[in-house]
Amino acid sequence: MKIAVCVKRVPDTETRVRPGADGKSISEDGVKFVLNPYDEFAVEEALKLKEQAGAGEVVVVAMGTGASQETIRHALAMGADRGVLLETDARSLDPVSSATILADELRPGEFDLILFGKMAIDDYNHATGVVVAELLDVPCVSAIAHLVVADGKGKADREIEGGVEVVEFTLPAVLTADKGLNEPRYPALRGIMLAKKKPLEVKPVSLQDGAISVEGLSLPPERAEGRILGEGPDAVPVLIDALRNEAKVL
Amino acid sequence: MGGVLVVLEQREGSLKAVSCEALSVGRQLADQLGADVEALLIGPPGLDRGVGGQYGADRVSVVASDDLNLYQPAAYRDAVVDRVRAGEHQVVVLSATAMGKDLGPRIAARLRCALAVDVTSVEASNGIRVTRPVYSGKAVYSLSITGSPCVISVRPNAFPAVDRASDPKVEELEAPSTDARCRTVQVREPETARLDVSEAGTIVSGGRGLKEPANFKLLEDLADAIGRCAVGASRAVVDAGWRPHADQVGQTGKTVSPQLYIAVGISGAIQHLAGMRTSKVIVAINKDRDAPIFKIADYGIVGDLFEIVPRLTQEVKTLRGG
Repeated sequence: MKIAVCVKRVPDTETRVRPGADGKSISEDGVKFVLNPYDEFAVEEALKLKEQAGAGEVVVVAMGTGASQETIRHALAMGADRGVLLETDARSLDPVSSATILADELRPGEFDLILFGKMAIDDYNHATGVVVAELLDVPCVSAIAHLVVADGKGKADREIEGGVEVVEFTLPAVLTADKGLNEPRYPALRGIMLAKKKPLEVKPVSLQDGAISVEGLSLPPERAEGRILGEGPDAVPVLIDALRNEAKVL
Repeated sequence: MGGVLVVLEQREGSLKAVSCEALSVGRQLADQLGADVEALLIGPPGLDRGVGGQYGADRVSVVASDDLNLYQPAAYRDAVVDRVRAGEHQVVVLSATAMGKDLGPRIAARLRCALAVDVTSVEASNGIRVTRPVYSGKAVYSLSITGSPCVISVRPNAFPAVDRASDPKVEELEAPSTDARCRTVQVREPETARLDVSEAGTIVSGGRGLKEPANFKLLEDLADAIGRCAVGASRAVVDAGWRPHADQVGQTGKTVSPQLYIAVGISGAIQHLAGMRTSKVIVAINKDRDAPIFKIADYGIVGDLFEIVPRLTQEVKTLRGG
């Protein structure tokens, strides 16, 4: 089983976002970066599938600045075999631009499966994995929360509003991982030591803006200061009155 | 030709409410562009075509087949792409639902065009301009899209459905074939009849303050009393296995914008606040007066949730009964 996992370096979920000096991206001062949480599910699933198959290779692919090597090393420490960094300082909000570069890298690899997180928690695009699948013209199931793969076929569950879609597909395929797919392992010390010696190839790429350009990044409007209505159950009638007569939502 | 194509979404043959919002967005864009709106209905035979005329569509195209009852990605994609190529549409509008988030990228990939996901405002002036929340709503991008066509998906509950009567021409189109390599075989309904947090008008959400999983019964009771209400959860209790991840509100869960969000025993971690800060009205119930949740809440009650929530349920029941 030959599996690729595409990962991204993103600000940690506890990050307090502030616009940077250019007004178009976030200030990275003091920001801790992590492997995108949804990509962690993808890495874990790839490792499980390789273990289940008894043989194979898990290749981690990232696009981004040189700092993404750290992100790839994290996935290697979890147990992936080798890494590829498609190095660029550029960022693009156009999913087709980023996916084209990833698809060009993945196409000759002849992977049985290509896994992504269902989205990156920075740009929230929810798109790159699906676009890569379309560019490679292979089946794709996005946002999967359960997966079974056997004999060149797979069956995946994806959550939709108030239900679960069950999708059957043939390999090769692209899958994007949702929370709930698995419980990602923590890299053990031994894994971290081994990861330092695993191959990590760096290839420069040229990422274009595409058809979308960022005009600005701003903070959402602050909510007006609220008020504490009281303490304990005696405040409940005050709340009911406020919700009915002031906010008119009850 | 040209204009705006709006992809409507159905489930079990009934149109989803978000489709009316998408159609209204399409109408507004078409007015700005001085162009027409075509509504595209994909699904099983017998779909209601009337909605096009309620929200101002100029044309309604119907792609109906028994094979298309469930969302079949490749066939749905081909149905849209064929229409865009035939009609030379400038903008394709979808809803940013589970289906729209899967279908939008497929269309953009095939058309090699721009895709803006989950937008909260859109305007046609010098190209298409949109805003969209990123970092789970901690920041907002203003984006400018050049080139035609482009695909945008609109966030549910972010745009009003605006009544606008029209008399659209209805055209039946041939259904594309499905992809034998990938088939949606079934939609499993959830065990509970409760609404999904992404669709409910009211959400009652619980955190670690509930102390143990069984105590979510208090929130279930409150939700039942309120009606059309979902029960959400913080990341802490989802990670602890108390609640399913589908219920999680926040940066690694769902971003929600209900009319009313009641946070019970949730202190308000930054990643949780990011996922619910666009709710119209926020209520917080917490024993810690200094909890960050009170900074963002419109109304707060400080105290023991085990006393406050049952009283609230009781008061709501009385209200509903009267």
